[in-house]
Amino acid sequence: MPTIFFEDFMTGSVVEMGPRPVTAEDIVAFAAAFDPQPMHLGDDGGRAAGLGGLVASGWHTCAILMRIIVDESIRDAASMGSPGVDEVRWLKPVRPGDRLTARRTVLEMRISKSRPELGLITFRFEVLNQSREVVMELTSPLMVGRRRPPNAPA
Amino acid sequence: MEFLDDIKVGARTVLGRHTFTAAEIKAFARAYDPQPFHLDEAAAARSLFGGLCASGWHSVAMWMRLNIDHQQRADAARRARGEPVAELGLSPGFRELKWLKPVHAGDSITYASEVVAIRVSNSRPGWGLITFRNTGTNQSDELVLSFISTTFLQRRPER
Repeated sequence: MPTIFFEDFMTGSVVEMGPRPVTAEDIVAFAAAFDPQPMHLGDDGGRAAGLGGLVASGWHTCAILMRIIVDESIRDAASMGSPGVDEVRWLKPVRPGDRLTARRTVLEMRISKSRPELGLITFRFEVLNQSREVVMELTSPLMVGRRRPPNAPA
Repeated sequence: MEFLDDIKVGARTVLGRHTFTAAEIKAFARAYDPQPFHLDEAAAARSLFGGLCASGWHSVAMWMRLNIDHQQRADAARRARGEPVAELGLSPGFRELKWLKPVHAGDSITYASEVVAIRVSNSRPGWGLITFRNTGTNQSDELVLSFISTTFLQRRPER
């Protein structure tokens, strides 16, 4: 049963999650399945693209962020999924050996008009590497159940 | 790819189709999105989604796979005809990603891209930025996802 509800979040609050290591094997396996471009498949391809070696697919960074969010932010929350992502910015390459953390800021909170039993929380996630460089920014709303929905039996 | 100068706003390309199996939905979810509605049929049946469904990141990552496969096939055909091939650069990101309907096990999603904007890069001579509206549509012709992406693309050298 969820223990974290809409009411437990606060606009402006910031938490940091992770770190999560990224291996060359992970980068290549993800790319082989979903983004088979040379720079995501080996060092030679990364060098040829002027990136100095193997770099992760940006979609992989999104997926790694999702795993961090599920493990540390919504596993115990009354999460009802997300309608989408407002914006993603890929700012720096992610390389093998990087350790990624995610800084989560609550930008906005509102009760759903059409479904008052849940709230919509808009988060900004900044993914940072071990040198504290922001490698990706992602802004997305999440639907979260309310602790005491209107008209619920007491 | 074609060179930036040879592409017109409004051009639409069907990239391909993919059928999502329960096994691959669960494998992606175990690695990247281990929520009950992506992992377990019974839990998914009790959820808002009504049945096992793919992580939104899985359904959108498959757009990228079919996009790359399509570009690589098209580039191979251009080289076979002796035509030059434009280099596709990095993408600074995407926006307005909407997961409109769940992608359930067994669904076949057709992915497409439409050019919505083209501009010459001010910062990188010889390159431009191309913006696409990308979509996934299921076998019942329902739009399941859409997003707007931007990518650097080479300009024609001898323009």
